[in-house]
Amino acid sequence: CLENTDPRMRGRGIQLLSQVLLQCYSLLQEKEVLHLVLFYENRLQDHHLVIPSVLQGLRALSMCEVLSPGLAVSVLKAIFQEVHVQSLLQLDRHTVYSIIINFMGSREEELKGLGADFTFGFIQMMDGEKDPRNLLVAFQIVRDLIAKNYTLGPFVEELFEVTSCYFPIDFTPPPNDPHGIQREDLILSLRAVLASTPQFAEFLLPLLIEKMDSDLQSAKLDSLQTLTACCAIYGQKELQEFLPSLWSSLRREVFQTASEKVEAECLAALHALSACLSRSVLSSDTEDLLDSFLSSILQDCRHHLCEPDMKLVWPSAKLLQAAAGASLRAYYRVTRIVLPLLLEQYTKHPQSSQRRTILEMLLGFLELQQKWGLVEEDESTLLSLRASVCSVVFSALTDPSVQLQLIGIRALTVLGSLQGFLSHSDLELVADHLIRLTLHEDSQSSEAAMEAAASLAPIYPKVFSGHMVPRLEEELQSVSSSEREEESSHDHCSLRQRCLQALAAVSTHTSIVKETVPVLLQHLRKLQKGSEAGTIQGMVSVCQSLHRVALQCQQDDDGCWYYHQTVVPCLLAMAVQAAMQESAHPLLGKALIEEEVLTAMVPVISAATTHLSPELAAQSVSHVVPLFLDGEVSFLPQNSFPCSFQPFEDGDCFDTQRRLVALLMAFVCSLPCKVAIPQQERLLRELLALSCSCNCPFTATTAAKCFAGLVNKHPAGQQLDEILQLAVNRMEPSLAEGPRRMQALTLLLWVTKALVLRYHPLSSHLTDKLLGLLSDVELGPVAADGFSLLMADSPDVLHKGCHADVRIMFRQRFFTTNVPKLVQGFHGAGPDVKANYLKGLSHVLNHLPKPVLVTELPTLLSLLLEALSCSDCVVQLSTLSCLQPLLLEAPQIMSLHVDTLVTKFLSLTSSPTMAVRIAALRCAHALTSLPATVLLPYKARVIRALAKPLDDKKRLVRKEAVAARGEW
Amino acid sequence: GPGGGAPLENANPLIYRRSGERPVTAQEEDDDLPDAIDDREIFDLIRSINDPEHPLTLEELNVVEQVRVKVNDAESTVAVEFTPTIPHCSMATLIGLSIKVKLIRSLPERFKLDVHITPGTHASEHAVNKQLADKERVAAALENSHLLEVVNQCLSART
Repeated sequence: CLENTDPRMRGRGIQLLSQVLLQCYSLLQEKEVLHLVLFYENRLQDHHLVIPSVLQGLRALSMCEVLSPGLAVSVLKAIFQEVHVQSLLQLDRHTVYSIIINFMGSREEELKGLGADFTFGFIQMMDGEKDPRNLLVAFQIVRDLIAKNYTLGPFVEELFEVTSCYFPIDFTPPPNDPHGIQREDLILSLRAVLASTPQFAEFLLPLLIEKMDSDLQSAKLDSLQTLTACCAIYGQKELQEFLPSLWSSLRREVFQTASEKVEAECLAALHALSACLSRSVLSSDTEDLLDSFLSSILQDCRHHLCEPDMKLVWPSAKLLQAAAGASLRAYYRVTRIVLPLLLEQYTKHPQSSQRRTILEMLLGFLELQQKWGLVEEDESTLLSLRASVCSVVFSALTDPSVQLQLIGIRALTVLGSLQGFLSHSDLELVADHLIRLTLHEDSQSSEAAMEAAASLAPIYPKVFSGHMVPRLEEELQSVSSSEREEESSHDHCSLRQRCLQALAAVSTHTSIVKETVPVLLQHLRKLQKGSEAGTIQGMVSVCQSLHRVALQCQQDDDGCWYYHQTVVPCLLAMAVQAAMQESAHPLLGKALIEEEVLTAMVPVISAATTHLSPELAAQSVSHVVPLFLDGEVSFLPQNSFPCSFQPFEDGDCFDTQRRLVALLMAFVCSLPCKVAIPQQERLLRELLALSCSCNCPFTATTAAKCFAGLVNKHPAGQQLDEILQLAVNRMEPSLAEGPRRMQALTLLLWVTKALVLRYHPLSSHLTDKLLGLLSDVELGPVAADGFSLLMADSPDVLHKGCHADVRIMFRQRFFTTNVPKLVQGFHGAGPDVKANYLKGLSHVLNHLPKPVLVTELPTLLSLLLEALSCSDCVVQLSTLSCLQPLLLEAPQIMSLHVDTLVTKFLSLTSSPTMAVRIAALRCAHALTSLPATVLLPYKARVIRALAKPLDDKKRLVRKEAVAARGEW
Repeated sequence: GPGGGAPLENANPLIYRRSGERPVTAQEEDDDLPDAIDDREIFDLIRSINDPEHPLTLEELNVVEQVRVKVNDAESTVAVEFTPTIPHCSMATLIGLSIKVKLIRSLPERFKLDVHITPGTHASEHAVNKQLADKERVAAALENSHLLEVVNQCLSART
């Protein structure tokens, strides 16, 4: 067959042989390989129909480890000589490239022996290649030629030509391309070649300069990014000749472009150029190009800095900052001119808006200094200008313009972060300014000043604890004492609020925390004793501040334990005290145990507990659990109470004590997993009983959540099964009938959530129970809303932060098992309860990750469309918010239903509920992402219909209508 | 925008700061209370229109200002004055047309629109105003597909 006279037959023979070799090349002996190579080399001269199979065989042989020395070179020479690669089919060309890749991997030294002939052979071979798949391989070969130091000889320019002719890459993958080669793959692969050697510089840089001026934005971007990549390996020798043109191109683009992307890439390229010049090692007789390069930038940009109202001021500042940010040397060179100039301009321009621009530019340069820290050197212009910089920044802080103040505050933060820049007296002045801004200025400035204090406090803890904290404490006391003088109580509230926020903000260092926490707790005690209006709001504010401090302490073991030990017993003691006073004198209302305040304490105690070490947490739990189970109050700071604390006892007089279960929940559900809870089974039983029997919804819900939080972390096993069985036994009869159905449903929801999160087998039984309740006329709507509770992250218990057992895919899993049941239930349900199923479904869908939703869409779409006609506005709203992203992400599928969608969306734009109108308009807006041909028949109708919401009585609706109609 | 590199006539114009997004008030979030259409709302409609020449908005070039916008919701009238950057600006009609088209698309039909040049700021003020006030000419201009494309570009969101 191999000798058959018909070339087709010969071809088939060789094909068979080659296929065999591809399977077994690793088993061949050296001698066999030799024979085969000689045979195949010889066959390269055969008829062109045979060549593809010959190349396959050679590819198999190129993978043989036992190939004798010299054979690789001989194969390549034969291919170079006998095969005109570019007249082969794509696949066969690919085979040739693969042979080369294989040899380059295994016979590097041998191939190098060929010298520049190898390079030349390859250049001829790839010249004219058009297929993106082959180009990726060819580029890889060129990259290896250069990276592994193959001899390029006289062929550098040819090698550059044969690759750079593809630059800039202009390739759009065909639709439904199975090979998945993206334009970006080719761009990066070619860039890796072009930017791989300084030898290409003299050819490449003129090309890049030319393409930067292209009308195509993609060509501009590619040129700029390639330039940036080149700077990583070039030196000043390569750049020298082209610097003036490069600078003028970059300047032109930054001054003229409307595109932020182009601007950003230009700045990155300038940064890279400046870095490259900064890095180059100079011999004694060469000029320092960095200096002259920066001089020309300064020359072209500095005068624009003096015109803060003109368009070019910012482009100029950004160019200078990009160049200056490349090295300390460049920074000194630029700031030596620019910093004095900006300070002078600040004084020359009295208007706040101009000063704002100038200071903002100055800030940019200060931020660059942060990168290197402050170096005590003669060259540092910033140090020599310290007095004037400080006076400019301080003057901005007292300017009436809030915008200027804000920049001043940021500048202050940067100056403070430069260790040693501000003197001690400067720092006291800084603290004074920050206190003033925090308490008395505009809310934006106040917030910014607090954040500045927060970031400076850990650097200068003494200044802040010694200076700022006492001032805030004074202010806080004067606010509460002057409250009786009938002044505007609103101002007082906001001033108190700011003091409290500022105290929390500066608590960023343990030594400061030890000052601020007692002040906050003292203020809470004071509020408890007083009886003014606004007490509840004040207490909530204190708790919010305490919460922030707790979060800031978490990373520091010492601070965390101090905080826990100080705050948790104190809050518990105050709450117990208040609850008992109320038991004794029910008429004396106590703000501290109002639901609102207790709710605000929950995150405080939780955040104080989650990061405790297991040993310390165990110590704490041994006090807190006996307090609730046995009224063991001895560990509380003020422990003489009028009566006993028995939150789990029956009897109306303990109603208020029971509410404190919220605090128990905050603590016990936030403990690290390893911490054993004493008397856990008894605690669970008490919580279960409370959640089922208590008439107060707050207490019952809290007990249910606490029970769920513990059950979620409870180790699997018999004990858990028993307690769960107990819970089911209590729940089921109460759910069926009686006065406490709602409590039972709440318990069911929370326990289901606890078990769904950890994939507990009982969860499906409980979920089915819940699904069954959707058809209940009384409980159905609540059960439907419960699906939102199951799917959403809960803020206080059962989330990752409090160490709950949460499996990452629980939502998808829940979706897969339960959505078919919801759909089935919907179809079987009576008309009065159908909406419950839709509501439950839309809650599940709303919490599902969008990519999952898009893939599941086709099966659910008809149901969702039906849900749009449901009169319940919660269902409408959540269905619309499901559909909106789908319109954007799955336009093909949605196009099939365009008629229904248009009709329903338009009719919902006149819903009585504002939120529904807004959502419907957003969907109408999103419709425009469907293909134009699909939309065209509806265009006139939609535009006409959208005229009506333009006259909606609500501005927010009009805004959406304008956007949607404009797009149509 | 400028692509090839031909320099702009007025390459470094005076620029003005953009006003931020209008903060949403509690009243606006209340389903029951109506919000009247006010000057700021009209200004918000037109301030982000792109200048045909510069990569800047009409607000940044101070071509439109909130004080030069007058609306009367009850009587359904809107009057907008715009100020070309230079008295010989050849783009004045195009800018006026863009403002007018934006308002036509964005306001209820009941409104009567008056878009004109701030008095004394343009050489051919009278002629431009006359064109902008002529309903038929505005309609005819918008039939011109090239012109419509330019207008739509001015009205499109910046990338």
